[in-house]
Amino acid sequence: MRVRRIKAMVVKEVLQVWRDPRSLIIALLLPFTQMFLFGYGINLDLKHLPICTFDREGSQFSQDLLKRFQASLYFAIAENVKTYPQLAAAIDRGDCQAGIVIPPDFSERLNDTGSTSVQAILDGTDDNTANIALGYAATVVTGYSNDVRISALARQGRALQQVLPLAVQSRVWFNEDLESRNFIVPGLVAVILALVGAQLTALTISREWERGTMELLVSTPVTSTEVMVGKLIPYLVLGWLDAAFCLIVAALWFDVPFRGTFATLFLTTTLFLIVVLGIGYLFSVLIHSQIGASQIALVATLLPAMLLSGYVFPIDQMPAFIQKVTYLIYARYYVTIIKAIFLKGAGIADLLAPILFLAIYALAVVALAARAFRKRLA
Amino acid sequence: MTAPVAADAQVDAQVVVENLVKRFGDFVAVDHASFRIGHGEIMGFLGPNGAGKSTIIRILCGLLRPSAGRVSVAGIDVARDPELVRQRIGYMSQKFSLYRDLTVEENLRFFGGIYRVPRGELAERMRFAIDMAGLGGREKTLVGTLAGGWQQRLALGCAVLHRPPILFLDEPTSGVEPKSRRRFWDLIHALAADGVTVLVSTHYMDEAEYCHRAALINQGRIIATGSPDALKHTALGGELLLIECEALGPALAALRQQAPGVIDASVFGNAIHVLVRDADRGIDELPAYLERRALPPIRIERINPSLEDVFVQLIAADAAKRRQAA
Repeated sequence: MRVRRIKAMVVKEVLQVWRDPRSLIIALLLPFTQMFLFGYGINLDLKHLPICTFDREGSQFSQDLLKRFQASLYFAIAENVKTYPQLAAAIDRGDCQAGIVIPPDFSERLNDTGSTSVQAILDGTDDNTANIALGYAATVVTGYSNDVRISALARQGRALQQVLPLAVQSRVWFNEDLESRNFIVPGLVAVILALVGAQLTALTISREWERGTMELLVSTPVTSTEVMVGKLIPYLVLGWLDAAFCLIVAALWFDVPFRGTFATLFLTTTLFLIVVLGIGYLFSVLIHSQIGASQIALVATLLPAMLLSGYVFPIDQMPAFIQKVTYLIYARYYVTIIKAIFLKGAGIADLLAPILFLAIYALAVVALAARAFRKRLA
Repeated sequence: MTAPVAADAQVDAQVVVENLVKRFGDFVAVDHASFRIGHGEIMGFLGPNGAGKSTIIRILCGLLRPSAGRVSVAGIDVARDPELVRQRIGYMSQKFSLYRDLTVEENLRFFGGIYRVPRGELAERMRFAIDMAGLGGREKTLVGTLAGGWQQRLALGCAVLHRPPILFLDEPTSGVEPKSRRRFWDLIHALAADGVTVLVSTHYMDEAEYCHRAALINQGRIIATGSPDALKHTALGGELLLIECEALGPALAALRQQAPGVIDASVFGNAIHVLVRDADRGIDELPAYLERRALPPIRIERINPSLEDVFVQLIAADAAKRRQAA
């Protein structure tokens, strides 16, 4: 490897990127829009879920319970209906995603038997939301139910301690507010870097083929490795800029707590960038058209990074076979790493395993890319 | 345009090709080609598109692997050490292959870096290339916006930046207007005068006249090699007559049958070129021969063969030879 030749490649590549609006848009505009689009668009927190109430009793008790729903952060009463058909219509229209129906004998049965029930009707078309809503509804009802019992017992003059023998004292670590954004946004950085990184380099060799400049380049004494290194360096710098931009937006704009160190972040991000840039380069070498290379790189990086990296969809919920497949998804390691750095403040020692996997991946991709690009044409 | 180099070409060969074969699947692109190019010699490759000129040049540059045969450039076996060869050659590909989105200066600097032209010399070499291409004042112009002739001269400038002793130019003048072509050949001659060995391919037959020696290539085979004069006078194996006639077709058929002393005949524009063993006898005998067949010639005269005549004749002879062999 000759530094002089690598330098010539780097300078040439920088000039070309600088004059190519397509590369610049990918490098600068894409991360910007993606970060905000997905950062805001994907929110798994259920807050202020619109519900309708159907109070068939209209008593003090029933209204008390419904006030609890109203007061809860999780629900917002969109409508009070008077009949079942109205309730069904409201769910059909999508005005509300759940209905709470209080039976006409609600307080009567509560007084007589000490136990009564409330009906929750859920829109199961979105089963995830329905499940979570059901859980929250149960919590609201249980809370109310406990209060009812406590006040009944208090009237009998018994102390509260005897009432609740066991209670869970939960403490959430790392993402104290259980804000889904806190775990989505760091993963999002990984997805964006995977997408942008591979797109940048996917164009770089195929462009030389398409424009016919490869013919001359191959006839010069420059080696395959020099070409690769010279072409990857400018994009690594662009990748660092993109990473810095995404991470700053994550920490400052989306207020994701950053508890790790910059050194860990820099090391792991660089490894990840080498992997994604190398993969884009590999496609660029194998597919001689810019469009083809860019499309394949898009499918090969974005889909696995989105679906199989654990960025949104938890890996341990996947079928056993798919879980095994995720070990091949390099984005998985960086998602793990970056979430741990952000939220847990993990250092290099804590992350040895994923860092090692990522490093092996980086080496393999670079070795493959260097081998794939042979200067001899045929 | 001729130079006293052909004689010592065999001794001081910069390019040696022996029994070179290149197959792409079943297709034989180069069929047992052998030739040598001497130091400071300009060798022209002539032939129609698809004859195999580019394939041979690309093999010489180490861009293609030969299927069989031996290829050595600057005394180095190309198959064994293509990288070493690449440092000693300059190459201009058939398709323009400089960076159109870089300026004149940026392209030169890039190739200067890739060839590791010593830093102290680079400015002077770039100046030389810019002056040679006549691009003074356009150093900051994007190459893509330059006219064809300028682009070609810049490509030559990039190819000689590192002072390679050997230049491979693959159809450097195709698509360039005649005045620029002429100027381009002047540059090639200036380089050869400095001792650079040049192999240049073209499908303009007239350009062969600028070469010290030319090789005629057809269907992957080198069918003749020699100086343009030698080719014209010996390769034909006869002398050339031009005959103008009312009915070209029947006249051609008649001449090809058993006309006295005729080796071959072919149509050139609105006349027939007839290859005869002896031009004077032909002028005596052929008018009578044609008149007997009611095809009186309007004009008959001896002409100097052009390389195109030579080429057409040699291709026909080559095809006949192959038919016989098969």
